[in-house]
Amino acid sequence: MTAILHVNGITKRYGGLTAVNKVSFEVAKGEILSVIGPNGAGKSTLFKLISSFVPATEGEVLFGGERISDRAPHKVARLGVVRTFQETTIFRSMTVRDNIIVAHHLRSKASLLGFFAGSRQARADEEAFGASADDIIAFLCLDAIRDELASNLPQGHLRALGMAIGLATQPTVLLLDEPFAGMNHDETMKMVANVRRLRDERGVTVLLVEHDMPAVMKISDRIVVINFGEKIAEGTPAEIQSNPRVIEAYLGSEDAAIGM
Amino acid sequence: MTTKNLLGLGTFLITVFVLVPVGISVSGRWDFYYTLTSVALLSIGAAGVWLTFYIGRINIGQGAYALIGGYVSAVLVVKADVSFWLTLPLAGLFCTTVSVLIGLPILRLRGVYFAMVTLVLTEVTRLSALALPVTNGAKGITSIPLPGELSILGLTIIPDFATMQNPKLAFYLLAAFLMVVSYAVLWRIVNSRLGHLCRSLQQNEELAASIGVNVAYLRVLAYGISSFYGGIAGAVFVAISQSIYPSSFVVTDSVNFMLYCFLGGLGYVSGPMLGTLLLYFGWNLLSVAKEYQLLVYASVMIALMLAVPNGVLSLFDRKGDRK
Repeated sequence: MTAILHVNGITKRYGGLTAVNKVSFEVAKGEILSVIGPNGAGKSTLFKLISSFVPATEGEVLFGGERISDRAPHKVARLGVVRTFQETTIFRSMTVRDNIIVAHHLRSKASLLGFFAGSRQARADEEAFGASADDIIAFLCLDAIRDELASNLPQGHLRALGMAIGLATQPTVLLLDEPFAGMNHDETMKMVANVRRLRDERGVTVLLVEHDMPAVMKISDRIVVINFGEKIAEGTPAEIQSNPRVIEAYLGSEDAAIGM
Repeated sequence: MTTKNLLGLGTFLITVFVLVPVGISVSGRWDFYYTLTSVALLSIGAAGVWLTFYIGRINIGQGAYALIGGYVSAVLVVKADVSFWLTLPLAGLFCTTVSVLIGLPILRLRGVYFAMVTLVLTEVTRLSALALPVTNGAKGITSIPLPGELSILGLTIIPDFATMQNPKLAFYLLAAFLMVVSYAVLWRIVNSRLGHLCRSLQQNEELAASIGVNVAYLRVLAYGISSFYGGIAGAVFVAISQSIYPSSFVVTDSVNFMLYCFLGGLGYVSGPMLGTLLLYFGWNLLSVAKEYQLLVYASVMIALMLAVPNGVLSLFDRKGDRK
């Protein structure tokens, strides 16, 4: 497997506080890799660093050999590294389908002026976006809510919508921010299946940050564990479960918390 | 466009370009021309403000661009002897340039912070007009000639306003024409992908960036178009009054532009137009209340905003659809 995303010694300091300290790992193409860690370990910051939503203090992220740190988030998205957000971040007063259509922006070939004038290319684009949105809706089984206003959706659907928005950009690497948080068991299993299909059927490389240990153990090819901003372990779910440093980091929490 | 929409548009155009002029000439109320011309021009400025609302920014600075546009036109006509018809787009473009330079830093601000900076902008522009030598300070620029002839390839499109029997009607038609074009452009923006992207910005800039939207560019683009509208409106106002002073557009005007949008409805393209009409006439009607005019006006505004927070047009729109 060739690595598609390299995280090289990335560090983020907020004043005197080091949120992420010299973390390095690689993500292979077509892999599902999870980043886990106790609360406050720096997972979210790491996530924002990779998607370039916050600038790194030191270190860099390479995508396909190209440095993506310090680039504007929309440029990183254009290269193919797209992040999703937690449930509340959607276009609230648009319908589900409109949410997905607008997310096709990256794929428009017509210019904004072309869209304004209604050029042939613009109309072709709109049609393609509509068709692709319907395709994504079918893929994630959102048919029942396609014309529902996003602000009326329950949590489980919001997560799926967030993923649909990410998917619409045709990412090479999709970064999922806690895709299973706040979900019940059934919803989680559905989401796990969706993420798998994303990789298997669409060839998307997935990097996710998550709390839900059983789900992470089930879904991941590999896992990176961070604690106090530093990487303490990396390996397959089986390796992680038996790693003494990981168990120590989670000490005090139930054994079940790491899926044992 | 549906048949119903076409019918509505047709009725609107006939009212503006036929029924109003006929009605005025029959009734002999020539003063209505000035009022309606003002409404048309103010609603162009309000359309610009509405567009900045559409990307999620409260803009209380349109008065600044109306003033800048007015001065650009006045200075060019008086000092450089440029035809008014050429100064009209130039005034708009100058305002766009200024707004891009100002917008790049200030559009990073959101909510009340952006609103405060734009509010200050109007005052800064007024003070600049007082201080700069080219604007002739507090004395302003007066005796600006009426718009001359507009001809293309020897063909007269618009005759010289000074030779016209009824320049009031000509100004009204000019303002109404500009208003219709402005709103047609605005409608097209809102109903094309551009509008879709503006809505995405209004609702969540971070998410918009994550799907690859160049948020900074789009914000500046919308603000630039908005200011173009302000500049055009200001330039025509100056041509009508044939004079401009630093106090021609003040903070109150900026606030009014915003109120027109609120009153009409931020979710409707025609909202600012209706809002301007209602507020302008409403204010004039309230003059019967004499010294209590402002008090009554303010109370009515507060009551309206509480009763119909999404604007007057939302009353006709049961579904609350945003289009």
